[in-house]
Amino acid sequence: MNEKTWSRRQKSTYREKVGLAEMLKGGVIMDVVTPEQARIAENAGAVSVMALERVPADIRTHGGVARMSDPKIIRDIQEAVSIPVMAKCRIGHFAEAQILQALGVDFIDESEVLTPADDRFHVNKHQFKVPFVCGCRDLGEALRRIGEGAAMIRTKGEAGTGDIIEAVRHMRNVMDGIKRLTSLPEEELMTEAKNLGAPYELVVEVARTGKLPVPNFSAGGIATPADAALMMQLGAEAVFVGSGIFKSDNPPKRARAIVEAVTYYNDPEKLAEISMDLGEPMSGISSAQLEENQLLAVRGW
Amino acid sequence: MATIGVLSLQGDFAKHEYVLKHLGVRVVKVRSKGDLEEVNGLVIPGGESTTIGKLLKRFDILEDLKERIEKGMPVFGTCAGMIILAKEIEGDNQPKLGILDITVARNAYGRQIESFEADIFSPFLGTKPIRAVFIRAPQVVRIGKDVEILASFEEKPVLIQQKNILSASFHPELTEDRRIHKYFLSLVGK
Repeated sequence: MNEKTWSRRQKSTYREKVGLAEMLKGGVIMDVVTPEQARIAENAGAVSVMALERVPADIRTHGGVARMSDPKIIRDIQEAVSIPVMAKCRIGHFAEAQILQALGVDFIDESEVLTPADDRFHVNKHQFKVPFVCGCRDLGEALRRIGEGAAMIRTKGEAGTGDIIEAVRHMRNVMDGIKRLTSLPEEELMTEAKNLGAPYELVVEVARTGKLPVPNFSAGGIATPADAALMMQLGAEAVFVGSGIFKSDNPPKRARAIVEAVTYYNDPEKLAEISMDLGEPMSGISSAQLEENQLLAVRGW
Repeated sequence: MATIGVLSLQGDFAKHEYVLKHLGVRVVKVRSKGDLEEVNGLVIPGGESTTIGKLLKRFDILEDLKERIEKGMPVFGTCAGMIILAKEIEGDNQPKLGILDITVARNAYGRQIESFEADIFSPFLGTKPIRAVFIRAPQVVRIGKDVEILASFEEKPVLIQQKNILSASFHPELTEDRRIHKYFLSLVGK
């Protein structure tokens, strides 16, 4: 055998980007705004934290333009925890994405929660070394984002509301879309790709495998262990919790309960135990009462 | 037929399940100590080691699992699985099994942008290289005398065995190469 028994490192392959998303499955990614919150999240068992300047509920009340967080906040949170740290850039704002990559964040969320920077184009995610997650409302949107290089997909839900209905709608749309594709004869797939506005090759792949080519997570409105269990049973492979933890009465307890609920999503007796005595959840707003211009989920093209 | 458990508290357990099913064994998800009773071998998957360790402790699986492994049940830990099996974790005091005589450093290759793939060779598994996917991977920084090195990368052990305990710092479940899983099943078969 040779002296040297290994090859050189090949970095940032698509397999290894999707691979990190695989490792987050069955876990909870929590929004945090300070190093203290990040440590609470880690101690509760979060698989990752999303480093933000404001949680979505506060972005709603604060108004104005929501941008990438101050790199100092992200850096401080990176130093506080050993789990992966994610951060958000505005839709289409590739310069923010470049800065986040330079900071060494582990995942970038090109997010509708921030004010979009481009009303026609998303970031070309293939150009980046760091993996991206993007939101979607249906299968066509999911496949467009994957076509652009996203290594993970999440429902958009309606962030900052504590109302689960939009996340449910989006997850059902995606799962129904997948089911529909698997039932179509091959000759219909090109027209279906046109109707979905999705890349043909990805449509063919989903029709063949019956699942998205990347992990499918849920976000936007999860506030209780039961919400998390609901999304997991509907087909989510992990959940993001934004305002739901640190806008509740007892963040450490609630964080821990949601972590446990994602593992035991199929065990109602355990869920009953897990859900006990958590204090008040975030009060929330019904997404049906939001005006059209207050909706975040409609952002993205 | 052997029944292989895959610890399914968090992580890429579904990938291991998929590989093992294709190799023709019965696979069960292990989420409680009761589930442990019916398995002849166990895979501890990749994922977030701090999360998996905490859930093992909170749901009271840790001690029973440790006892089973000490009594000889074959176990295969990948990435986070290696950290949970390790005797010592550098600079950290998270819940662990502590039965594989190594010291491991978490995220030792760096953040996600430093994650990589490489070909490695193991004389134990034939002459064809193994494509190894390292994701925020741990590194073995100390190795006990009873631990055998099956493969290395840049002079660090990446595939190791201590009797019934097999462990990789990379992710064989993310590639098509089944040799390492087959090797694990041969330990269960013995």
